[in-house]
Amino acid sequence: MNASTVTPIGAPVRRKEDKRFITGKGRYTDDLSRPGQAHAYFLRSPYAHARIRTIDTAAAAEMPGVVGVLTGRDLAQDGLGGLICGWMINSKDGSPMRAGAHPALAVDTVRYVGDHVAVVIAETLNLAKDAAAALAVEYEVLPAVPDLAVAQAQGAAQIHEAAPNNTVFEWELGDRAAVEAAFAQAAHVTEIDIVNNRLAPNPMEPRAAIGEYDAGDEAYTLWTTSQNPHVARLVLSAFVGLAPENKLRVIAPDVGGGFGSKIFIYAEETVCAWAAKKVGRPVKWTCERGEAFLCDAHGRDHVTKGRLALDAQGKILGFQVKTIANMGAYLSTFASCVPTYLYATLLSGQYAIPAIYCEVDAVYTNTAPVDAYRGAGRPEATFLVERIVDKAARELGIDPAEMRRRNFITAFPHQTPVIMCYDAGDYAASLDKALEMADYAGFPARRAEAERRGKLRGIGLSNYIEACGIAPSAAVGSLGAGVGLWESAEVRVNPTGNVEVLTGSHSHGQGHETTFAQLVSARLGIPIDQVTVIHGDTDKVQFGMGTYGSRSGAVGMSAIVKALDKVEAKAKKIAAHILEASEGDIEFKDGRFSVAGTDRGLAFAEVALNAYVAHKFPTSEIEPGLKEGAFYDPTNFTFPAGCHVCELEVDPETGTTEIVNWIAVDDFGTVINPMIVEGQVHGGIAQGVGQALMERVAYDGEGQLVTGSYMDYQMPRAEDFPAFKVGMTETRCPSNPLGMKGCGEAGAIAAPPAVINALADALGTQDISMPATPAKVWAIAQARVTRQAAE
Amino acid sequence: MYAFDYRRPSALDEVVSLLGGLEEPKLLAGGQTLLPTLKQRLAQPGTLVDLAGIPGLADIAAEGGGVRIGAMATHARVATSDVVRAAIPALAELAAVIGDPAVRNRGTIGGSVANNDPTADYPAACLALGAMIVTTARRIPADEFFAGLFETALGEDEVIVAIEFPRPELAAYRKFRNPASRYAMAGVFVARTGEGVRVAVTGAGQSGVFRWGAAEAALTDDFTAAALESVPLDASDLMSDLHGGADYRAQLVKVMAKRAVEAAAR
Ligand SMILES: Cc1cc2nc3c(=O)[nH]c(=O)nc-3n(C[C@H](O)[C@H](O)[C@H](O)COP(=O)(O)OP(=O)(O)OC[C@H]3O[C@@H](n4cnc5c(N)ncnc54)[C@H](O)[C@@H]3O)c2cc1C
Repeated sequence: MNASTVTPIGAPVRRKEDKRFITGKGRYTDDLSRPGQAHAYFLRSPYAHARIRTIDTAAAAEMPGVVGVLTGRDLAQDGLGGLICGWMINSKDGSPMRAGAHPALAVDTVRYVGDHVAVVIAETLNLAKDAAAALAVEYEVLPAVPDLAVAQAQGAAQIHEAAPNNTVFEWELGDRAAVEAAFAQAAHVTEIDIVNNRLAPNPMEPRAAIGEYDAGDEAYTLWTTSQNPHVARLVLSAFVGLAPENKLRVIAPDVGGGFGSKIFIYAEETVCAWAAKKVGRPVKWTCERGEAFLCDAHGRDHVTKGRLALDAQGKILGFQVKTIANMGAYLSTFASCVPTYLYATLLSGQYAIPAIYCEVDAVYTNTAPVDAYRGAGRPEATFLVERIVDKAARELGIDPAEMRRRNFITAFPHQTPVIMCYDAGDYAASLDKALEMADYAGFPARRAEAERRGKLRGIGLSNYIEACGIAPSAAVGSLGAGVGLWESAEVRVNPTGNVEVLTGSHSHGQGHETTFAQLVSARLGIPIDQVTVIHGDTDKVQFGMGTYGSRSGAVGMSAIVKALDKVEAKAKKIAAHILEASEGDIEFKDGRFSVAGTDRGLAFAEVALNAYVAHKFPTSEIEPGLKEGAFYDPTNFTFPAGCHVCELEVDPETGTTEIVNWIAVDDFGTVINPMIVEGQVHGGIAQGVGQALMERVAYDGEGQLVTGSYMDYQMPRAEDFPAFKVGMTETRCPSNPLGMKGCGEAGAIAAPPAVINALADALGTQDISMPATPAKVWAIAQARVTRQAAE
Repeated sequence: MYAFDYRRPSALDEVVSLLGGLEEPKLLAGGQTLLPTLKQRLAQPGTLVDLAGIPGLADIAAEGGGVRIGAMATHARVATSDVVRAAIPALAELAAVIGDPAVRNRGTIGGSVANNDPTADYPAACLALGAMIVTTARRIPADEFFAGLFETALGEDEVIVAIEFPRPELAAYRKFRNPASRYAMAGVFVARTGEGVRVAVTGAGQSGVFRWGAAEAALTDDFTAAALESVPLDASDLMSDLHGGADYRAQLVKVMAKRAVEAAAR
């Protein structure tokens, strides 16, 4: 399928953007330079918790090449507000969440290692660093609380005055009484303790920003690595108070991955924009990898206790969950909704569970802020559900696949006890297909063969569900969201018949330039290279909510479809005039408008030209031009679901886990480009396996980051994986025009429990925490040998 | 990075005189260790003296049955050298598992040995094979060269010129990679010569590479993996960190040693 053809939906069209990326022609923020730009370096706190007694900037300001030295006091003097958390969560008692202030530069207290103390702006980065070394900061070191387990304890140091006991909120969802009743009649209760490990997002491109102020226009421009430039502009205008929206342009050019971490409005980007006016020069900052480990919002970090009530046949009667969620030292942009509405609402999994009750405490610690990371809340929910169901199966002596089957939701729509109403799905279909692809029946023979080679082989299932396409604006508004979650699109047809699509979604690895163009090509019957997708610039695209939560297909493309509907309707009107037929008789197919039942017709490009020359239709009835915009607000979340199977072998001598087979059967609804979707699945699985086996952000008792580089933070590598076997099942999503559900996070959500369930199977114990590193697995395998010897 | 001067001499005696005469000089080989250190401002040398301009310093030659490898030979060249593969295939295999392709194509054997990172691979080969470190001043037997964490017998103005490896009867290296960094978490080089067996361990020791005497004795008697079964290894001298405790490292050393013996005997 090449650029000069019409690309149907469902075709594996090669990515248009890849030529640019692969040949080094991409334009990332750090590739850009502005005339006269200076370079920012942030002085960061070396302590997890300290009072700043004094900052003496005089010596630093005198250093060679220094353009400016700015602190939190300067920000405050300019009347700038702090960074915000855009989702209000109320505690059980109805009280609003207790958020401490979050200044972009610390005013009198630093609260984690890496917290922003001051910025030095100089002619070069090296000179800025030299000057930063001359900044004299006097700290009064305070006791730090890096450890979630003790943060709420009596006598623990208090991180924010606003949040007694370091507790931001104590939230609940579901029906406690109904759950208690379920437990009262249970024949069996399964309990599980889970630590969902803290992860560093690690996009390939680190964050970067260039702020510029035009004194003539009195307007700012901020180039930055953002997944949602319009939201960044809105926050910087309405809350930080940098400039009104019409005087602030935010541009997110090529962005090299985000995984959630580039949704948020951070200190550095804010300061670069503000400082550009202060110092009268464009100000550039590029995050170093070490800074990214310290300051990019981390993901996950939950401690959870789950209890499942079952009848004697393994039917689930009730589910009770208590989670402590680490927020880090400040509430990041969407931190509060991740462990609440993005988490507890998915606790029903794929199962008909009559009663669910979940309590979540959100807690401050002296660590980097925690916010959404690929999957955001849903991986945590899926890990809990899929681990406890698996554990229950083993306790009851039921095959894990059969256990799931007994509890599947089979009729739709299905209202869960935790807000979500699942609209469509066929969970047995994906399970069946996955088991067949995995040769589940043949597993015992493979295990026996592995045993002869001295290896412990295990197989694990994960039947995940997620809620994507976030979501009806009114619904999220009623749950505390500070924004609406629709999407906008504009389709501009040029006089020569080619098309520009402006979208409020943002592509930073997802391949929108291809998938979105493919949709337009298929719909208008024009070659894909005649469609250009434009995104990421608030001066070009009027508004948009950005890309996260696998929403760009289900929401972003739905907005494009709406705009295309309008384009087609208007083009038909114009075609009717030219063809001297009635509008109702005009058909549009394969790029041609024709009069039904005749051979008379016009190509799309001819109608486009006519729309602009406007010679042949009454402009009093039909406006010239062919350009339509649309705002699409979804009517429901979408519910991608599927079944992943992980088969692995443990070397009991070294504790090494090798994944030998991976089956992913996903139901994403309609698939536009299966090649891109497969890529998303592959990447997601890799990140999920990273969480299960490799990745963990660790702080020591003083709150120093122990895993501050790739020397200690293990990332998954290509050689860690077999070739994934990806299959699909399809139930259309009934709530959007294309029937799409979303695929961006599925792998990261599905993978961790598949791995740990497989390890539990291999090692014969349920007591396996993430990441299951070789040292940990070896110790478990050792204990197993000792146990077997004793038996 | 702090500013520094840069020199690229074309003869070894020039290098030695620069080292003697300049303020805070530092040799630069492949830069794979040194440059990251500079970028993080953890070192502030006055002048970098680049060894890349010295003719012949990267040569690899057969010598007295063994091989002589010039200090500037990259890991990639050692891994693919026909001379090395013919004389000591285990050494070529070791070079092939250092870092990643970028590191292997820049990093050098001289830089690695001079740096003596406790988790580096080459020091194990040097010790187990009884290598000779040839410098601008003298010849230093490997047994006298490695002196603890990042410490060696090298003097201030001394430059490694080459490393001479005698040819063993049998040899193999097995490495358990640190899962994050991919340096050795336990790397064991086993070599058998007419004089007996030498076993060197890297990555695990608290004070860097070491010879495992008890294993050498057991294998000299009986060169089989089974001979190592009951050989003791004192875990109290081993490293403990985020990636594993000393007991785990002791286990890895034993397993890698057994696998090396099996591979060598194959
Ligand atoms: C990502 C990464 C992964 C790595 N993985 C591994 C691994 O798995 N195993 C492993 O063993 N190593 C590993 N390394 C280290 C790598 O092998 C380095 O190349 C090596 O340690 C240093 O060699 P170099 O030529 O780069 O030396 P440089 O960095 O240039 O120099 C290192 C030091 O040695 C001194 N020096 C250099 N040459 C000489 C000489 N001829 N005489 C005296 N002093 C000299 C320098 O002054 C400096 O102090 C890794 C490095 C990186 C960056």
